[in-house]
Amino acid sequence: MELLGKTNIDFIGMRKISFIISGIISIIGIIGIIQISRGVANMGIDFSGGTSMQLKFTQPVTTQAARDALAREGIKEVDLQEITDGNKLLIKMRKSSTGDVKVADHVQDALKKEFASNPFVVESSTEIGPSIGEKLKSDTLMAVALSLLGIVLYIAWRFDFKFGVGAVLATLHDVLAIIAVFYLMHKEVNLLLVTAVLTIAGYSLTDTVVVFDRIRENLHKSLKDPVIPIFNRSINEVLSRTIVTSLTTFLASCSLFAFGGEVIHDFAFALVVGVLVGTYSSIFVASPIVALWEKNPAEVKA
Amino acid sequence: MSKGYTWRITLIVLFIVASAVYLTPTLVSSLPSWWGGVLPKDKIHLGLDLQGGTHLVMEVETQKAVEGSLDLIATDLEDSLTQKNLRFKKIGKLGGDKVQLTLYDRGSADEVVKLVKKKYPDLETLPLVDEGGFVNLQLRVNEKEAQVRKDRAVAQALETIRNRIDQFGVSEPIIAREGINHIVVQLPGIKDPKRAIELIGKTARLEFKLVDENVNAATASPGSIPEDDELLFEKRTDPQTGAVSETPLVVKKKAMITGELLTDAQVRIDSQYNQPYVGIEFNSTGARLFDQVTAANVGKRFAIVLDSNVYSAPVIRERISGGSAQISGSFTEKDASDLAIVLRAGSLPAPVKILQNVTVGPSLGADSIKKGLVAGLIGVVLVVIFMGIYYKISGMVANLGMVLNIVYLMGALAALGATLTLPGIAAIVLLVGMSVDSNVLIFERIREELRLGKTPHAALDAGYDKAFLTIMDSHVTALITAAVLFQFGTGPVKGFAVSLSLGIIINLFTSLLATRVLFDAFLDRVHVKRLSI
Repeated sequence: MELLGKTNIDFIGMRKISFIISGIISIIGIIGIIQISRGVANMGIDFSGGTSMQLKFTQPVTTQAARDALAREGIKEVDLQEITDGNKLLIKMRKSSTGDVKVADHVQDALKKEFASNPFVVESSTEIGPSIGEKLKSDTLMAVALSLLGIVLYIAWRFDFKFGVGAVLATLHDVLAIIAVFYLMHKEVNLLLVTAVLTIAGYSLTDTVVVFDRIRENLHKSLKDPVIPIFNRSINEVLSRTIVTSLTTFLASCSLFAFGGEVIHDFAFALVVGVLVGTYSSIFVASPIVALWEKNPAEVKA
Repeated sequence: MSKGYTWRITLIVLFIVASAVYLTPTLVSSLPSWWGGVLPKDKIHLGLDLQGGTHLVMEVETQKAVEGSLDLIATDLEDSLTQKNLRFKKIGKLGGDKVQLTLYDRGSADEVVKLVKKKYPDLETLPLVDEGGFVNLQLRVNEKEAQVRKDRAVAQALETIRNRIDQFGVSEPIIAREGINHIVVQLPGIKDPKRAIELIGKTARLEFKLVDENVNAATASPGSIPEDDELLFEKRTDPQTGAVSETPLVVKKKAMITGELLTDAQVRIDSQYNQPYVGIEFNSTGARLFDQVTAANVGKRFAIVLDSNVYSAPVIRERISGGSAQISGSFTEKDASDLAIVLRAGSLPAPVKILQNVTVGPSLGADSIKKGLVAGLIGVVLVVIFMGIYYKISGMVANLGMVLNIVYLMGALAALGATLTLPGIAAIVLLVGMSVDSNVLIFERIREELRLGKTPHAALDAGYDKAFLTIMDSHVTALITAAVLFQFGTGPVKGFAVSLSLGIIINLFTSLLATRVLFDAFLDRVHVKRLSI
């Protein structure tokens, strides 16, 4: 079976549209990063410090009832989220205003008192001091920078500098796109998201390498031909395998997203988004950048 | 055997057998009796997020350890100077790194300097300074010496915490030092995390201090009491109502006896009131001191102080010379047994602060495992169906390679004693999708070669050869990020990186070598005109 027959699509010709789309996505992503570094995005407590808990009640509890109950006990500034599957309540408090590490106990005692007829068990509880969050932030930046550097060096060594830059810009684009989506949907930025982003950074290169490999092969075969048609031909030749490889990984990530449970729900979501964006970027971002750079002066006006 | 099937097939089978052997303890609920010797007995380690438990990161406040040792030096110098009849006005800690001795004249000061240099060669003696008719001598703990003391404090804290946890009874705890002054504690499957944290984090400095009966404690405030006294509180919890009452007590700052002199502490039950108490035993020095102090202070009250909280302040009725005493207070049996544990294990050299506390209940962990497995299974089924339809028999060969990949990966995780976390399971599910990718690249290449009119055998060879570099490149880039994640990640994320990097490496083997053997073996034996691809 074949998904696509022989295609002949002018991918590089679509660069105006694709660059505008990618530009917008990247700008949103950069805004997202700025907001994250200012701490105004939906930060997970592993970065901001604070307390989070997951409680499982015997009967359903609405977030409003829980919020009122906590307010009566003098606990304000809480993020509450209901997980309908199994009467679960997620409680998140950033930077405990009292400076007390025993916030979790305080909240549990308050809820025990307010919901005496509806007992709960603590499924998980996390308390993180601000100093850990700071260290994690700098570690994370270091990790992202190091992996990007590693990728540039490897691609630059295996291909050449132009391809290296194209690959890294495409990877950066994917990273920004995931952050943009998370920022727009107001999803939590936590360590698992960073993990997903780095995984995607590694994975999206797979597609890029497949396309670049073919472009390089075809460039060597026909040195005298105009560059842009070679790029187009190469992308068309490998189009079906780019799509199929992404599809299998996409299927696996979707399964994680749908059935993996709430703990890794957002993580799986980031993977799903990343796989899609990664495929798009190797065709519409990485290749056109290298093509524009490689093309000879005669083609500029074309 | 031109293509060397033997070694390739041997390798594949060998790895399958090895994986099966390493996975047996995980898959079989009870190992057969003959399973022994060199055969592995460990199950795959589950992370705390899967089996439930508590992960703590604690900071040892090492500066306090240095300051504490300065207090000890000051007390010790007071004793030695008194013993040698050297008069002094005052000895005390100054700032965070000095002890200051205020002496009456230069003559005695020189003698004191000599004594100090002999007694504390590690301390730096600063030049004498005349001030207001007195001579000041300052001893300083220099940077290097402070570092040594801080380092020792962390090592000691680690040892003490290990002792406490051992006595508390947690199976397979992990207690490790991290960085300069952090201690990481992992308590898998712990039932009462709150109690454990209190037990671990307690400084547990036990001190016996005389009550200053000349001061009325009820009206005393920290400013109004004599300089060598301090104001402490005795907390009592009413067992019926749970109400807490605080009684102020003014005690001498100087501890007569400290917890270091204990040899044992055990929970006992008072036969008269059926109340638990902790019976303690002193070593010979402690017993002698206790004997002396009680003999000299009959009729006075002796406060038993733990971390600046008074447990009780009984009246000394008579000289106690047996070397044993008891700590009673309003505590439950649990409290008493925890107190006995911390007294036996010794005090922490400095207070610890809990920086991070992640506790996962066992039900959530079990739920995560179940959901992870379901997601994995569905992922496998989806990919298997897709590959079967899209590449027919060849697709099934790739599927076989994928299953082999998972089996090897699980075997490797068990063999290396790696920890499987929830993100680790996610990595395995992701690998289900990624592991067939290499075969997709190969198959697409083969299709291309077939279109050029090559025979199945030639197309197969060309496909594998030409796709090789692409596959290497994509695997290396994925490995770079996995390695970075491994280096920087902790706990669950590290688990993800381990599963991912192992999976990527194993995938190179299964997709390039294992699947190819099947094709070669088939094509060599059966003459086919068309490849099912």
